[in-house]
This record gives sequence, C-alpha cells and structure tokens, in this order.
Amino acid sequence: MYSEKVMDHFQNPRNVGEIENASGVGTVGNAKCGDIMKIYIQVEDGILKDVKFKTFGCAAAIATSSMATELIIGKTVEEALDLTNKAVAEALDGLPPVKMHCSVLAEEGIKAAIEDYMAKQGK
Amino acid sequence: MIYMDYSATSYVKDEVFNEMAPYFKDKFGNASSIHAMGREARKAVDAAREKCAKAIGAKQTSEIFFTSGGTESDNMAIRGVCAAYAGKGKHIITSTLEHHAVLHTFEEMAKQGFEVTYVPADEKGILDMDAFKKAIRPDTIFVSIMFANNEIGTIQPINEIGDICREKGIVFHTDAVQAMGNVSIDVDKLNVDMMSISGHKIYAPKGIGLLYVRKGIKFNPITTGGSHERGKRPGTENVPGIVALGKAMELANDNLDAHVSRMIEMRDKLIDGIFENVPHVRLNGDRDKRLCTNANISFEYVEGESLLLNLDLKGICASSGSACTSGSLDPSHVLLGIGLDHQTAHGSIRFSLGDGNTMEDIDYVIEVLPGILENLRAMSPLYELEGGVKNV
Repeated sequence: MYSEKVMDHFQNPRNVGEIENASGVGTVGNAKCGDIMKIYIQVEDGILKDVKFKTFGCAAAIATSSMATELIIGKTVEEALDLTNKAVAEALDGLPPVKMHCSVLAEEGIKAAIEDYMAKQGK
Repeated sequence: MIYMDYSATSYVKDEVFNEMAPYFKDKFGNASSIHAMGREARKAVDAAREKCAKAIGAKQTSEIFFTSGGTESDNMAIRGVCAAYAGKGKHIITSTLEHHAVLHTFEEMAKQGFEVTYVPADEKGILDMDAFKKAIRPDTIFVSIMFANNEIGTIQPINEIGDICREKGIVFHTDAVQAMGNVSIDVDKLNVDMMSISGHKIYAPKGIGLLYVRKGIKFNPITTGGSHERGKRPGTENVPGIVALGKAMELANDNLDAHVSRMIEMRDKLIDGIFENVPHVRLNGDRDKRLCTNANISFEYVEGESLLLNLDLKGICASSGSACTSGSLDPSHVLLGIGLDHQTAHGSIRFSLGDGNTMEDIDYVIEVLPGILENLRAMSPLYELEGGVKNV
C-alpha cells in the first residue's frame, strides 16, 4: 500500500530529534486522530539551517514528517511557507488516499513552527 | 514468517484439505441431483452436518444451516428473527463489543423500526450483567451477545445470559466465530438458541460457516431461491466447504483440551515476556476470562500501524486496533468501549495464536519487540511530553 520511498523514510527517518533553543517549534495534530507532529526549526539570516521532528503516528505520518524536513532545510522562511502537502506527498511518490491527511499535518507542522518563530521575532 | 493473526484467519489443516479435496474434481456432484454423483455429494453433506451438530452439542442435524461464513450467519439470525417475531415485540438487545457483522445489522434493524439497546462492557471487557438485566423489557424478542470478542478475546457469560433469555422466552443468538475451537461449547447446557460459526477461523477454508438454530425457533430466510437448507438458505451447497467445516469442527472438538493448554502456555509466555521486557504496556481485556489464543496489548506513546509495519519488517504478522489499519480516523470501538483513551487505543496490537505457532515464535517476538519500541518511542513527542513515566 505504501511506495518504496514512504517505506524508506519510515524505516530510516531523516532529521528525527529536537533542537535546543530552537528558533521556532510547532506542534500539530492530536492523539484522538492518531497523529501528533512536533517540528523544530533553526533559522539563521532568514534561512532554515536545521529542522528536526518528532512524530507519534502511522508510517505515513512518520514518512511525511521526514520528507517535509528534508524539503525545507536550506530554504528561506518564505520558501518553506510555500511548501504544500501535495509537494510532500509527491516527493514520496504518492500516498494512499486515506493517508493524505498525514501530508496535510506535515505542512501544518512546518507552518506552525514558522509562525512560532515569527511571533518570537515580533513580526 | 511468524504468523500471529489467527483471529483474522487460519490456514487449512492437511486433514481438512485432504478430506475436502475430492469434492472439487472427482466427486463434484450437486447434492440435489438424484443420480449417483448427486447422492455421493448429499451423503458427504449429511455426514458433515452430523459432525458439526455433534461438535456443539446440537441434538438434531436439522438444527445446522450451512452459510458462507460468520457475517452471513449473523445476518440470517438477526434479520431472520426480527422478521419472524416482529408481531411479538420490537425491542432487541446486543452489546457495544460486537463485531461489525452484528453491530451494523442491528443498526439496520433500528432503521426498520426496531428499538435497540446496546449493553456496555466493564473495563475488563466483560458484559455488564446488571445493565443487561435492566435492559430486558416485556417486548424484548431477541438478544445477540458474542461468545468471545475478536479484538480483546474476552469470553462473555454466555451461560448466564442464556439462562435469563430462556426464562424470559427471548431468542438468544451468540456469535461464536472466535470461541469455536478455543472454548468448550454445548448449546444445550448454555441455553443458546442460535449460534454463528465460521470455517476459516478453525482451519477450514474461507467462504464456509454455519448457523445453529434450535428446533422451534422461527426465523425468516433473508434470501429466496430453492429448497436448500430447508429453504432457509437457498443456493447450491458448497460441498467441499461443508465437508471441510465438518472435519474442522470434529478436529477442534477432539483436540480441544490439548489445544487450549498449549495455547495458554504460549499466550502467557508472550504476555509475561512483553511485560518483563517492554515498559509502559497494558493488557486489554480480562486476564483470565479470555481466549487461550489472544494477547491484546497497548504500547503507550506509539501508534499501532507503525508498530505493526515494524513487526512485519521482522517477519511477524499481527494486527492492530489502530484507526490507521481500517481507513477510519477512530480507533477500535471495542478498545474505546472498555475505557481506553484514544492514544492508548491507537497503540494497541493483537497477537492471536494458533496451532502453527511454536515457543520459538514467542521467543522471537519477545526478542525483537523491545528494540522496535525503543526506536518508535525515541521518535514520539508524547514520550517526551509525558516524560516516559506513565505506566499502567
């Protein structure tokens, strides 16, 4: 049911962990629906120098978190805000229809972390 | 491959397969034909019916109706009795623990004007008998309570329910799909009026099952056609399937004691091994009043599908109460029904054992589980948020 890329990111997730004194942290989802994603970002000069995540969820939730972090590392904050759930799903060679909400969660997690960063910046 | 999903389905045993095989090619006759080929098939069907009746303590072979499996048997019982007894009353009772084959059929009956009471279970997954007794009304015509739960394996007080229904003159049906072969069943001693059984849970193939109906209980057929199964379940008999079911039920009954004690030994080793080697786990369902084959365990801070896929990558087949395996967002109604919060319900795994398992299988699962849990928990924000101190 999952693509090889999803299984790869599920088995070898990239950027798992936390960032101490992160520029921004976003937590989305809830245990009720079975997925919680926490995204940490480190911003320097408007660039996402580092991104880490922790996820409670199914294989798709873990894989989308992993892929989303890969897609935005090194990008500007503005570019990261443009990341869509569709782009995450496509980068994973697709997701089963019932799992598309996991990619939405990844997009929302990154936006939440950036919003937290911006709030801290007073922007 | 280590298969621990016998509550989902079982393999077909050699003895069963060998007994059914001739009825596909050499003895392919239609049991309704009057020629020699037909008579040969009829004889096989009759012999199987006798074995099935004997295995559950049914007094007469005419009380056995062959079906395509558990779902059809449940539908025949519920819809059939509701239609036949509607003039007597329109109140029917079931439990919140039931399989969807029963639950969704009761929902359908509610749409047709029947009033349904859903009796809850306690936190151990056993039917609340006080609530059950209070639910009974003068116009109650039908009760359906499963013998053993398919997810958490709890065995319900069928005897007590049967006695109450008999005394009140209420038709009592039980879905015994999971219980057959794992629990001693005697429909007379238990005062069961109707009972569903499925072949593929007891080492017969998929697509065969039966409905036991006590003599004197009325039920309208839900399909129309020929006079097969005394007009109650029209359609040409699945002769190889019926032969297989007869053999499988005979084997289940003959080997019951040895099977149960072997399963209990493996099940307990699995449960104890997991509790000793993995922190933050809980066993779902009563510790003792449970199927000899069932270990349903919640692993806190992780999600069931992730765990299941990791087990699969290690060659272990199990199943999960997680929403993610069913396509809906809600976790199992059974796990929520016994009071689990969503997070814990999402992290539940059902290991269901069978005759193909060995002690080495149990050792292997206990060996690989701690590492998988460590990895997933290291990734879980819940573990961090709650500091990994919660235990049950």
